[in-house]
Parts: sequence; structure tokens; C-alpha cells
Amino acid sequence: MADLRNSFVGIKSPNPFWLASAPPTDKAYNVERAFKAGWGGVVWKTLGAEGPPVVNVNGPRYGAIWGGDRRLIGLNNIELITDRELQTNLREIKQIKRDWPDRAVVVSLMVPCEEDAWKSILPLVEETGADGIELNFGCPHGMSERGMGSAVGQVPEYVEMVVKWCKQYSRMPVITKLTPNITDVRRPARAAFNGGTDAVSLINTINSITAVNLDSFSPEPSIDGKGTHGGYCGPAVKPIAMSMVSEIARDKDTYLMPISGIGGITTWRDAAEFMALGAGNVQVCTAAMTYGFRIVEEMITGLSNWMDEKGFTSIDEVVGKAVPNVTDWQYLNLNYISKARINQDLCIECGRCHIACEDTSHQAITNTIDGKRGFEVIDEECVGCNLCVNVCPVEDCITMVPLDAGDIDKRTGKTVSPDYANWTSHPNNPAAREAAE
Amino acid sequence: MTQGIYKTGVAAQRLEADAYAENFSDLHPAFDWHEAQVEADRCYFCYDAPCQTACPTDIDIPMFIRQIAADNPIGAAKTIFDQNIFGGMCARVCPTETLCEEVCVREIAEGKPVQIGRLQRFATDTAMAEQKQFYQRGRATGRRVAVIGAGPAGLACAHRLAMHGHAVKVFEAKEQAGGLNEYGIAAYKTPNGFAQAEVDYITAIGGIDIEYGKALGRDLAVGDLVKDYDAVFIGAGLGAVNSLGLGAGDIAGVENAVDFISELRQADDLAGLPIGRRVVVIGGGMTAIDAAVQAKLLGAEDVTICYRRGKENMNASEFEQDLATSKGVAIRHWVKPVAVTSEDGAVTGVEFEYTRLEGGKLVGTSEYFVEPADQVFRAIGQRLDETVFGDAGVDLDGGRIRTDAEGRTSHPKVWAGGDCTNRGDDLTVTAVAEGRDAAESIHKALVG
Ligand SMILES: Cc1cc2nc3c(=O)[nH]c(=O)nc-3n(C[C@H](O)[C@H](O)[C@H](O)COP(=O)(O)OP(=O)(O)OC[C@H]3O[C@@H](n4cnc5c(N)ncnc54)[C@H](O)[C@@H]3O)c2cc1C
Ligand SMILES: Cc1cc2nc3c(=O)[nH]c(=O)nc-3n(C[C@H](O)[C@H](O)[C@H](O)COP(=O)(O)O)c2cc1C
Ligand code: SF4
Repeated sequence: MADLRNSFVGIKSPNPFWLASAPPTDKAYNVERAFKAGWGGVVWKTLGAEGPPVVNVNGPRYGAIWGGDRRLIGLNNIELITDRELQTNLREIKQIKRDWPDRAVVVSLMVPCEEDAWKSILPLVEETGADGIELNFGCPHGMSERGMGSAVGQVPEYVEMVVKWCKQYSRMPVITKLTPNITDVRRPARAAFNGGTDAVSLINTINSITAVNLDSFSPEPSIDGKGTHGGYCGPAVKPIAMSMVSEIARDKDTYLMPISGIGGITTWRDAAEFMALGAGNVQVCTAAMTYGFRIVEEMITGLSNWMDEKGFTSIDEVVGKAVPNVTDWQYLNLNYISKARINQDLCIECGRCHIACEDTSHQAITNTIDGKRGFEVIDEECVGCNLCVNVCPVEDCITMVPLDAGDIDKRTGKTVSPDYANWTSHPNNPAAREAAE
Repeated sequence: MTQGIYKTGVAAQRLEADAYAENFSDLHPAFDWHEAQVEADRCYFCYDAPCQTACPTDIDIPMFIRQIAADNPIGAAKTIFDQNIFGGMCARVCPTETLCEEVCVREIAEGKPVQIGRLQRFATDTAMAEQKQFYQRGRATGRRVAVIGAGPAGLACAHRLAMHGHAVKVFEAKEQAGGLNEYGIAAYKTPNGFAQAEVDYITAIGGIDIEYGKALGRDLAVGDLVKDYDAVFIGAGLGAVNSLGLGAGDIAGVENAVDFISELRQADDLAGLPIGRRVVVIGGGMTAIDAAVQAKLLGAEDVTICYRRGKENMNASEFEQDLATSKGVAIRHWVKPVAVTSEDGAVTGVEFEYTRLEGGKLVGTSEYFVEPADQVFRAIGQRLDETVFGDAGVDLDGGRIRTDAEGRTSHPKVWAGGDCTNRGDDLTVTAVAEGRDAAESIHKALVG
């Protein structure tokens, strides 16, 4: 049996599955239920500065998009940070950490971008016995209008400055939570690293409008006829989050910095993928909000079975396994040539591959074979793009088959070379031409 | 040589040789990976799921389906086996239409439940194909438990006892284990020797010693067993068959449906099995349906089930009834047999009287007809052969062993479960649940 125990920046938890800072972690009641269900840790719903708490809208705060069978694909929210009294939260955090010493309890924070504000809240958190803090530089709505959340996260200098304060005024490990609403996520990541953060976590939610009501012409969710952009999360954001995680994991400045992966994680497989891309643990919000805390059982057994099957005995062996295989486009092997193959036994003759290729790509799939409806790849035209595979409704019906070295690529008439050769040395590359001259 | 379906009397080889294999192939073929994914995606992962409540073994159905959806069929199988070690057989034979699938919220929403049974089979088949064993024999407690009967109740009990480290001795009257899984369940529900493969899979845990050809009442007595063992579990099923009371005992062609089915299940060559041209089955339960359908599949021309009450009173589920009629079986309601007609000692038909309800009581209408038949199967229920208990102090209730919710009988060292108890509802899954629960109760009693 694989050992799922996790140590993230020295914070120990029985498994790598934490609940992200959000409604599931807003109260002792929820967190208690989460721990009973088996979650390894929580990042408490973001706390604000002492004083009257923020208020939330009193109408709908969520919008969503669904698959055809109403499976929730993406969720958006306009909720702010916790709207409960600071002291109430601190009291409950202390109690939870006392009652669940083996679980990770990290406290998310967002106070004004002033040294005193941070200096005064840190000891209060430290006093609860919490394992660490997470700096919420990500919230893209409401708080950002007040100069906090993503308004800080979008300015690398601010990120570095606040991280420094936190390291200076607290002995707790600091996790810096990044916003995806930025052009290059490596810049705030490097800033956090330079500030001395122990880790980054990402992603927070993405600016979004999920729908517009075409009768009232209000964006959804609609508050008295008006809407605002909210933060997008759930399965739909996973590809974006994974790309950002991988960018930080392979950046020459930050590759040693631990990453807590967040964004659309719903099953063990999502978690394993994030970890392979360099995440030392993962955080989950939408999946728990959709299905309840019990889903962690599936995650635990699924990850454990997969690790057993692969012969991995500990989480560390998985973390970063895929990072060496993430590279820049310019280093991809241009001598790797593949062709689509349609398995005629599996083909149900829907014709989607044909029309996709015919209308929008390379005219490389027939619509008749010997005068009858039938779909076959024309090797002379196929560029190996994989579009037909992705639109085919039948798994493994169309596969991409690499040509062997020495084969003739019928499209170009050239022999497939056994050598690796990428764009940097390609004759069409002006930079390569210059270098050669 | 094919004899054809019109050959009068009882005859073998009515069909072309390859028709048998086709007729008796899997009723619900296995899902492939894609089908399982599509079906699993339909599950809503309900809170406090009605399907789980409806399952007599309380399998965490939403969880195992979620595990299938997350491409973890092995994890799904463990979720199933944790509650029901016969999860493979139950996936095939449970009348899901009256259990989990009946209460699926998708059934309520759109009349199409998630196909839980077939998903369960997908998961358990995957684990069994990989010979994935999830349980180990517990550390030996030094306690010994005798189990009577190697059917679903007995083996579910034995498996759980072995997990707890008790040494289990199973006494089985027949030469093979499995109980009605092996001798009763319709052939098309469990083809390809699945019942024995499952017995092997379950007993692989170790610590379960089965002695065949040993019958309680004949070779063993409860009174001795309670002296030799720390506890005794009785899972002997229902051995005896109710009679029609028509004095048709020695008329050729009048048989017990369970004997016919048992013979069919054990036959190596179905073509060699003789079947009547006109078959009448008397009864209204699962056994009646199974006998009728399998008679039809063997090539009988006319098969008629005759039941003394209405369609809604039949013990067989609506799905089972529809299955029978789809195979060409006719079902007549509100008729009761009054005599068996015969010629030269062989049956020629059954005389029925029409019935109706009068003030809640079933009465004959004094109108009669004769249903011609050259083979008649009685399927009006089995009962407990109470003589096997002697005077050991095991009390009965309504002809079956009286047990409490944990499976305890009136004898402090004797537990019982499955069809032989007053709590059984003649389903494999209930027998498994009762065997498992009795094992927990025995364990509690033995180690405190
Ligand atoms: C024809 C038929 C079809 C059925 N179809 C279905 C179905 O589709 N789905 C479903 O859920 N249920 C079905 N059932 C019911 C189901 O088979 C039973 O409820 C289930 O097998 C009961 O399990 P058990 O362990 O209590 O008894 P059994 O399965 O009867 O097992 C009892 C075991 O004890 C042995 N035994 C009996 N007497 C003695 C003795 N004196 N000493 C030692 N050993 C003894 C027997 O040989 C047998 O191995 C069907 C039943 C029949 C008859
Ligand atoms: C309703 C809601 C409230 C959230 N509140 C916070 C918050 O207070 N602080 C924070 O750091 N992130 C907050 N988040 C973001 C989540 O922690 C998480 O980063 C994001 O939802 C992506 O993960 P997911 O796809 O698993 O939901 C919130 C998300 C939701 C849906
Ligand atoms: S989930 Fe529904 S019931 Fe619960 S607070 Fe929100 S709107 Fe109200």
C-alpha cells in the first residue's frame, strides 16, 4: 500500500488532499465534517483585518456552466472573504487545531497592503497554533476594488513586499496564493520567492461572466438586474491551472519552490496530474462544493491504487515526475511524424472526423470508400494534427501512429529521420540561418 | 439429430446445436470500459443515497460508481466487497428493478435508473479477472465455528469469520459449494462457471475448510456441533419442496421446478436435456419464471405459467414477468390446479379452476378448463426440512428458524441466516447480508 502521508513546507497531513480557502472552510462546523470525511488539511476561509467584517451580497453569488446532462463544469462566484467576526474565526481555528492535531490547518489572510495591518494580524493567527498562513493575492472581485486580493497579486513588487513582512513578523510557513488574472504567472511567483515565501499555491479564480440573461440583459448571477464579473473555478479551469503550475515548476528561478496545486481538481487523477507537474500537494474547492466532502474517499483510494499499480511508494516519488517533459515549443522534435489511423471495426460512421478535417483542416479524411459511406485517412494529406481524434465520439477509434525512422512520409515524400531536430536548428528559422552564416 | 419443437412428449435435442449456446448466453452482457464510463457519469452521487438504503447489504453505491467514473474499478470493487463479498453474483442475479435501481433518483426523474447492477459487475469482474484479493485472514483467535451449508449465507458468514481470525469448518450436503448460486439461479444469469469461480475467489482468503457430502440431520447433529465448536451458523437454505396436494406424485412428467433447474445447471450438454412440447409451470415466483423461461429456451413449443392470483400478486418482479413473456411464455392468472390428468402413467394435462377474491379470500368459481401438458413443473415454494434439527432447541417460526436482527436463534450457541430463517426474503443478497451480520454477532460473542 502506497504511503499517502504528505509533508508540505514542513506541514504534515495524512494525505495530500486539502480543502482550499473558501466556504467549505469558513467555520469549525464545516471543517469538523471535512476532517471526519478524511481530508488531510484545510486552508481556512480568508480572514480580514480586525473590525467590522466584510458583507456579502444577499442575492445569488454563484453562476455556472453545465454539460448536456447538467454536470457542473464551471462555477463562478462573487463571494468575498469571510464575513464572520475575526475573533470567532480565530477561536474556532484554535479549537480545530487542538482537536485535530494530525491535520493541516493553514489560515488564509487578506488585509490592506500596509505593514501595520499585517504586523498586527500575524500574532493573532500564530496564537491559534495554526500550521501556517496563506496570503490571498488572488480574489478577483470586490476585494480587488479595495486594493487587496488580485490587486496586490497583479503587482509583483507588492507581492514581494507583503511576503517579506510576513516572514519578518511571523515564524509560520508562508504560502503565497497567486492569481491567474495576470499575463505571466512566473513574475509574481518569482517575486514571492524573492520575498522569502515558503511556497506558492495556485490558482485562485479567473475573472468571468458565466451567462447573460437574454430577457433582462443582466449578467448572471443577477443581483437586482445587475451583475459583475466573478471568479471562475471547477473542472473547466484545470488546464489553465496546470499550465501555470508547470511554468513555475520549471522556471529557473523558482523550480525549487514548493507548489500547492489548485484548480478544478475533482478526482484522484486530477490530483496526480497536478502533482506530476510539480505540485507538492493539492487543494480542492468546487468539487467538494458540488458533491460534498465524501469525494475525498475516492481521491484517497484512487491515488493509492494508482501508485500501487505504478510501484510508487510515496508522494515524493510522484511530485514533479512530468516536469522534465514540459518544454518550450521550440524544443519539440520536428522529426517526430505521426498519422491518424481509423480503426474500421470501431468506427460508427458518424462522419465528424471527415467534416472537421474537410472544412477546417487538411482534407485528409475520405467520406467514401469504394463508393460507399466510409472514412479513411489519406496519408498524403494528413499532417498528424490530432483534431479528428479529439472530435471522434469513440475512444481509441482514431489513434495517432508515429512513423518509424526510415519510413516515407507520404505527405512530404521525405524519409523519416531517426534524429531529434527542433526549430532552433530548422532551416526555415531566421535565427538559425543567421547562426549558421 | 434435431427432433424439432413439435415432437410430442418429452424429448431432448429439440433445437439446432448452436441455438443452445445463444439461448443461454448472458442475459445482461458485461459493460465495456466506455459503456461503464457513460453509465457511471449518469450517477448524481446522491446524499444519503436511496439506492444504498435499498441494498440489503448496504453497499456504498454512489462511491463505487464514482470510483468507476474516476477509472478506479479496483477501488470500486473493494467498496462493493467490503459490504458484500458476493458482489459479483449479486450484480448478476439481484432483482435490481425492485431494489437499488427502483429507487434511483434517475428512475424517478426520467424513468431510467442508473444501471447499478451492471456497473457493479464491471467493477467486480475487473477485480476478479486480476485475481485481486482485498482481505486477509485475521490473526488466529483459536475459536472454531461450524457453518452448515456452503450457499451465499454460509460462505458470506465463513468469509467474515475468517477475516476475524476464527477457524471455520463448513459442512455441505452436496458435492459442490455455492448453494442455489450453483444449483438454482437461471443459467443465463450466471454463465461460464461463474458460481464456482466466485466460490474459489471468496474461499481464497484461507481459514475456511469445506467438507462435502456432510448433511445436518443425516451425518451431523446440532447437539454435537454445539459441543465441538464455539459457535454454529446454519445457512442450509430450504431443502424441501411444497407439494401440490393433488396426489400426482408418481405421474411421469410431473416434477419439481427446482430439480429441473438444478439438473439444467449441472448439465454439460444442454441439448441432451429432455423437455416437454407443452410445459405447464404452477407458481408465481422467481422459480416459476426461471423454470418456464428455461423450458422455452430448451425448445418447448408452448410454456404456460399458471398462477392462482393476479399479476400484481406475483412474487416475480415485473421485469422477470416481462422477460418471460418476451421469450414467448404465456402467463395465466386467477387459476388454481385441481387435478393432473394422465394416460398410461404419463401426464397429459392439468385441470384448473378459475379463482377470484371474495371478501379478501381466494375462492374457486366452479368453472374449469384443462391445460394440455406433457411436462408439469411445481414451483409453489420450498420449505425448511425441520427434521434436520432434531430436538436441539432451535425454535422455528412459521416453518423457518426464528432469528433476531443479528441472526441469533433461540439456542445461545447457534446463529442462522438466509432462506432458512424467518427473516429471509428468498434473495441471494439478503442471504449474504444475514450471513455477514451473523458472523459479526458471533465474533462479538466469542471475543467480547
Ligand atoms: C430457481 C431459483 C432461482 C432464483 N433466482 C434468484 C435470483 O435471480 N436472484 C436472487 O436474488 N435470488 C434468487 N433465488 C433465491 C436465492 O437463490 C436464495 O435466496 C439464496 O440462494 C439463499 O441462500 P442460502 O445460503 O440461504 O441458501 P442456499 O443457496 O439454498 O444454500 C444452502 C446450502 O446448504 C446446503 N444444505 C442444505 N441442507 C443441508 C444440510 N442439512 N446439511 C448441510 N448442508 C445443507 C445446500 O446444499 C446449499 O449448498 C432463486 C432461487 C431459486 C430456487
Ligand atoms: C465561493 C468561493 C469562495 C472563495 N473564497 C476564497 C477565499 O476566501 N480565499 C481564497 O484564497 N480563495 C477563495 N476561493 C478560491 C478557491 O480557494 C480556489 O482557489 C478556486 O476555487 C479554484 O479551485 P477549484 O477549482 O477546486 O474550486 C473561493 C472560491 C469559491 C468558489
Ligand atoms: S445552498 Fe441553497 S439553501 Fe443553502 S444557503 Fe445557498 S441558496 Fe440557501
